[in-house]
Amino acid sequence: MDALLFQVLAGLATGGIYASLALALVMIYQATHLVNFAQGEMAMFTTYLAWSLISAGMPYWAAFVITIALGFALGALIERIVIRPVENAPVLAVVVVFIALLVILNSIAGWIYTYTIKAFPSPFPKEPLFGIRYMSAHELGAIGITLVVLTTLYLFFRYTPLGLAMRAVAQNPQSSRLVGIRVGWMLALGWGLAAAVGAVAGMMVAPIVYLDPNMMGGILLYAFAAALLGGIDSPMGAVIGGFTVGVLENLLGAFVIGNELKLTVALVLIVGVLLVRPSGFFGSVHVSRV
Amino acid sequence: MRELRAGYGHTRVLHGIDFAMEPGSITALLGANGAGKTTTLRALCGMVSTEGEVRFSGESIARRRTEDIARLGIAHVPDGRGTFLNLTTEENLRLGAYVRRDRRNVEPDLERVYGYFPRLRERRRQQAGTLSGGEQQMLAVSRALMLAPKLMLLDEPSFGLAPLIVRELFNILRRINQAEGVSMLLVEQNAAMALELADHAYLIETGRMVLAGSAAALKQDDAVRKSYLGY
Ligand SMILES: Nc1ncnc2c1ncn2[C@@H]1O[C@H](COP(=O)(O)OP(=O)(O)OP(=O)(O)O)[C@@H](O)[C@H]1O
Ligand SMILES: [Mg+2]
Repeated sequence: MDALLFQVLAGLATGGIYASLALALVMIYQATHLVNFAQGEMAMFTTYLAWSLISAGMPYWAAFVITIALGFALGALIERIVIRPVENAPVLAVVVVFIALLVILNSIAGWIYTYTIKAFPSPFPKEPLFGIRYMSAHELGAIGITLVVLTTLYLFFRYTPLGLAMRAVAQNPQSSRLVGIRVGWMLALGWGLAAAVGAVAGMMVAPIVYLDPNMMGGILLYAFAAALLGGIDSPMGAVIGGFTVGVLENLLGAFVIGNELKLTVALVLIVGVLLVRPSGFFGSVHVSRV
Repeated sequence: MRELRAGYGHTRVLHGIDFAMEPGSITALLGANGAGKTTTLRALCGMVSTEGEVRFSGESIARRRTEDIARLGIAHVPDGRGTFLNLTTEENLRLGAYVRRDRRNVEPDLERVYGYFPRLRERRRQQAGTLSGGEQQMLAVSRALMLAPKLMLLDEPSFGLAPLIVRELFNILRRINQAEGVSMLLVEQNAAMALELADHAYLIETGRMVLAGSAAALKQDDAVRKSYLGY
């Protein structure tokens, strides 16, 4: 029983990270109708920036905040410089751009920081928090941070005029222009926010998986499974999907198939969802007329 | 608007259109299907590629971006209504006021719009996509009003509305025009009602202006009567 609870809670911690990254994928998807394959590498890159700042002697939380800002800037810049020119290009061209972005970010990180694995600090103490012995302080803290990020985003999109404008652009760019919304800036803002969320996810997962240029590969796959499970166009679905995938991964890994095959879970989930319920459990069903 | 040409890709649809509007007036733009009425409104808002000159309050707005033109106070009720389907009725209306600087007046304006269309107040929390066609048409007009526009471009606002509702809508448009001095450029299939509401009218045929005059004069014009009024 203890072991089960232990695995579930640990699953929630990584699940929060998948949820954040899945949410980032959904945000980009809503604006562009494409999955940003480079989302993980963007998170990885910003985590290296955080590592640089911390190594240079900056206190953790200052580095944390600056990294989020840098992540935001990186995302917005990528939208303006790389994505904007291919806005009206065929889908396949844009997918190639995403993959190129992935490879480029990965190589730049490898070139600057080398491919040797680095330890990344956790801001949380070594001893369990509040005497909770089922979870490490980092796991508990990561869940807390994830929840803060998700709640902030929810409040932003739900209750601020800017959030409303961003939702409007995702739905109907043409009408958005007619009411005076600067659609281009909203898209850049969306990319910035997605990258900032990814940056937090990167910093939270790095103490667990260690820092190296390929650290996000598997995690993005889980996030992708989470986003599909929830419905690639549903932010709430992505979050629920993220936590679900985290827990499933841990339980199956510990009790059923062993840790070596864990990543397979993600792949099976992806294929399974696509086969059984292509629009996920919370996504809108798209019917195309024939 | 002078010598305005516009089209989609390589197809030229407007072949040089000249017309002018007086501030505070209602101008009707009539023409058969495919004549280029919608395209004319789109050209005014920078939604299609154009050549020629468009001036608004003395300022050249040709080839400006759509969002910048909206910010000048030109509100477009587009062909097809342009509803934000997944947002609530009230969110749609608030988006209409998105660029306004006088935030203080937004709430009173929201109330005023609900006063014009009580149906929308009842549906304020409802997803706009679930509104009926007529309700969405009211929503489109209301969203445009929320911009507190100087000029409204109305593309077939009566489309899909029951005759009684059309009359009501046109009465509201007249009230808005008179009470708030909003100029209106009205594209309509319903020529009789449009000419009743408008001060001036233009007739457009395959991308060219063929007739212009006061609404009263056009009502008497034989060609217009035969082709558009049906008597
Ligand atoms: N998106 C488009 N791409 C290419 N051609 C278009 C497009 N929209 C309209 N056209 C063409 O431009 C011409 C004028 O169309 P427009 O929509 O301006 O007509 P309209 O006067 O508004 O007609 P209606 O009364 O049917 O609404 C038509 O021949 C139409 O086929
Ligand atoms: Mg039309």
